[in-house]
Amino acid sequence: MTADTLLTLVLIILFIPLFSFALLLAFGKRLPRNGDTIATGLMFLNLGLALAVLYGVYALPETPAIHGFSLTPIQMNFQWVDFHTTITVFGNTIPLQIELGILIDRLVAIMLVVVTLITAVVHLFSIGYMHGDPKYHRFFAYLGVFAFSMLGIVITNNLLLMYAAWELVGLSSYLLIGFWYEKPRPGYAATKAFLMNRVGDIGMWTGIMILFTSYGTFRFDEIFAHIAAGHLPFGSEAWLTAAGILIFMGAIGKSAQFPLHTWLPDAMEGPTPVSALIHAATMVAAGVYLVARTFPMMSGGALIVIASIGTITAFVAATIAIVQNDIKKVLAYSTVSQLGYMILALGVGAFTAGFFHLVTHAMFKACLFLGSGSVIHGMHHGLHKIHDHDTDAQDIRNMGGLAKKMPVTFATFLIATLAISGVPLFSGFLSKDEILAGAWAFGGLRGELAVIVPWVGFFVAALTAFYMFRVVILTFLGESKRPDIYEHVHESPMTMKIPIIVLATLSIFIFFSFNPFSGPSGWFVKSLPAPATVTGGNWYQFAHGEATHGEVTQGEASHGAATDVAVEGEESVHGESMTDEGVAVVANPSQEAFEHAVHESHIPAMITSLILALSGIGLAFLVYRRRMIDPDRVAARVAPLHRFLLNKWYFDEIYEDWVVVPGVHLISRMMRWFDTYVIDGAVNGVASLTTWQSRLSGLFDKWVVDGAVNGAAYVVGFFGILLRKTQTGKIQAYIAFLLAGVVVLFYVFR
Amino acid sequence: MMEIGLSHYLVVSAVLFCLGILALATRRNAVLMLMGIEFILNSANINLIAFSHYQGLNLEGHVFALFVIILAAAEAAVALAIVLHVYRMNNTVDADRISRLKE
Repeated sequence: MTADTLLTLVLIILFIPLFSFALLLAFGKRLPRNGDTIATGLMFLNLGLALAVLYGVYALPETPAIHGFSLTPIQMNFQWVDFHTTITVFGNTIPLQIELGILIDRLVAIMLVVVTLITAVVHLFSIGYMHGDPKYHRFFAYLGVFAFSMLGIVITNNLLLMYAAWELVGLSSYLLIGFWYEKPRPGYAATKAFLMNRVGDIGMWTGIMILFTSYGTFRFDEIFAHIAAGHLPFGSEAWLTAAGILIFMGAIGKSAQFPLHTWLPDAMEGPTPVSALIHAATMVAAGVYLVARTFPMMSGGALIVIASIGTITAFVAATIAIVQNDIKKVLAYSTVSQLGYMILALGVGAFTAGFFHLVTHAMFKACLFLGSGSVIHGMHHGLHKIHDHDTDAQDIRNMGGLAKKMPVTFATFLIATLAISGVPLFSGFLSKDEILAGAWAFGGLRGELAVIVPWVGFFVAALTAFYMFRVVILTFLGESKRPDIYEHVHESPMTMKIPIIVLATLSIFIFFSFNPFSGPSGWFVKSLPAPATVTGGNWYQFAHGEATHGEVTQGEASHGAATDVAVEGEESVHGESMTDEGVAVVANPSQEAFEHAVHESHIPAMITSLILALSGIGLAFLVYRRRMIDPDRVAARVAPLHRFLLNKWYFDEIYEDWVVVPGVHLISRMMRWFDTYVIDGAVNGVASLTTWQSRLSGLFDKWVVDGAVNGAAYVVGFFGILLRKTQTGKIQAYIAFLLAGVVVLFYVFR
Repeated sequence: MMEIGLSHYLVVSAVLFCLGILALATRRNAVLMLMGIEFILNSANINLIAFSHYQGLNLEGHVFALFVIILAAAEAAVALAIVLHVYRMNNTVDADRISRLKE
């Protein structure tokens, strides 16, 4: 396929969901079956096109990489706004105009497939799950607009269009989370998600503006080229780091990272297919995708922040997930935790591992969410049959033994759980192992506090295995705690089984690597090398690493010596050597050293993570299946800790007391001031103006109008009084007047 | 002794007119005022006839005078009738004292 064909295909992929949205919104109720088959069909068509693009992109001959893109990028630009003025950027005078465009490379192609795949299966699942909902057609319309905005994020080659699509994703997630807005909690959750995303977006926009004011462009390639040429924003490394961190703030919001993670668990109030689509595979992945896209420009300082945030998120969310009893809440916190993993991976520099985990996680987590949807669907059915409307259908304490009633759901759920726990033969093992190897290498190279990152990573891996198996055991195994409901639970219909089967199948290693124990040997990792950083000497400087890992290969040795001197390192990166080399995968000596260390730590990290995962699973079985340790007694013994975790580290309370209440108080005081002085002032001012005006008008009436009327009357009266004296009634007098008149006339007309 | 001409007639007429006006202006008695009006009318008649006589010998002035005499007669009849009624209602024919319509 030629580049033009690919671009056309990608544009078609982008606009099909928008078409679906418009069609369903306008004619939804008049279409057969409220249009669900049309929407679903369109999405599967989209998936086919995305697979074609994936094939086309991988079939392209490898060309020299542009700064910061994965291999073989295709771009199409068009001018959007021309300000008809010029600006000077680092000595070059360029016309100030905004270009928008599309970018296709391997990263985009893979994201397209992931997004369209999850969208398609979620559409199919929704046919069964949303059956009978009064707003059935609108649900599919919203799914369409969501897919459109998500694809928009994926295919742009500039920060402006990405920001626009970013906000569209925020809007459509708001619509989907608050789909059941007649109930108070979904509406509240939707508002919360929207507002917390705004907090992150402020940072993101500020970061984008720092770059735009410095470089006069939004395009990734141009920004990267500027940075690679040593042009720092406002001439300072700190600004580059600040821009990176600020852009990452957008990802903190969207990918539910600490400290803005609290919206995601609340967003579980939305319909379960929405949770699968938004909160497992696409919207939250957008943040990771953003960091992956901007990865080349992230300086060492920014990456440290990213890695720290990822580590904290992974840990906090995993600890909370252990004690939650709502099946979707557990999955939500596990999602937050896994997103923390991805961010951590990108932060330590393990680009491929982070993105790999995004893809595998999208499959198995969507499978888990849809599986939980299937369980909730069954539970609802049971509750409906026994006319119980108070029991929570999502509480795992009411479940148990569902494996017999829902064999397909159980099997798929189990596969996905094995994948997320990092058990070999499943996709999660490959990607998580990559991340842990990256973290291990990072900790080893940097030393000191950085070793916390791999430690936390491994600890969270064990925790993940533990809490996921806790859910599986409590939900599907053992005896049912509520036999009355259990009796009426049944397996979900075909439309709901097919999606989870598809996703469970895709959670198996074979789709990513033929060797179940080695991710790096698979096509995925091989085809997506980390893009070369353009920050040069501002990137991580693994000086310690160079010393400890003495075994640097011949090619690296020349660069390796230069690492401790930032300026020289920059030269080696930005010199012509890079473009001459053709496919410059890793050009920064530190990056090269890192890749090497990752390779070294691959085997030990794999063994450790395997042991930890299995021990986590074993512990879960001991506690919840064999009952060798009573979880309630343990919880009672560490009651303060348990309460702390159950209350989600009191994040919501802290935000409520420290941010929301003072904020609302401040805003209400400002509003009150505004009301008192501006609104009331305006009203009263208008009132007093009116009074003054009417007073003036009264005076005018009294003196001018009335004066004229009365004056006329007075004048008439005055002359009347004067002239009535002549009206004597005496004929002689009249005759005298007459004579006088004649005499006068005689003299006048003489 | 000069010839009797137009001016003589006019002087007589003017004197008569003035007497009539004087009578109207000074007399309070309604009957006497009517007599003043008759004076005035007749002075006008003298003028008409005199002009008619001295300005070409057509009879337009004479005819006019005849009309005036007839009108004067009619006027006198009506006026005297009014005066009689006024006298009956007010017991006087003094014009100054007949002021009921004033105000």
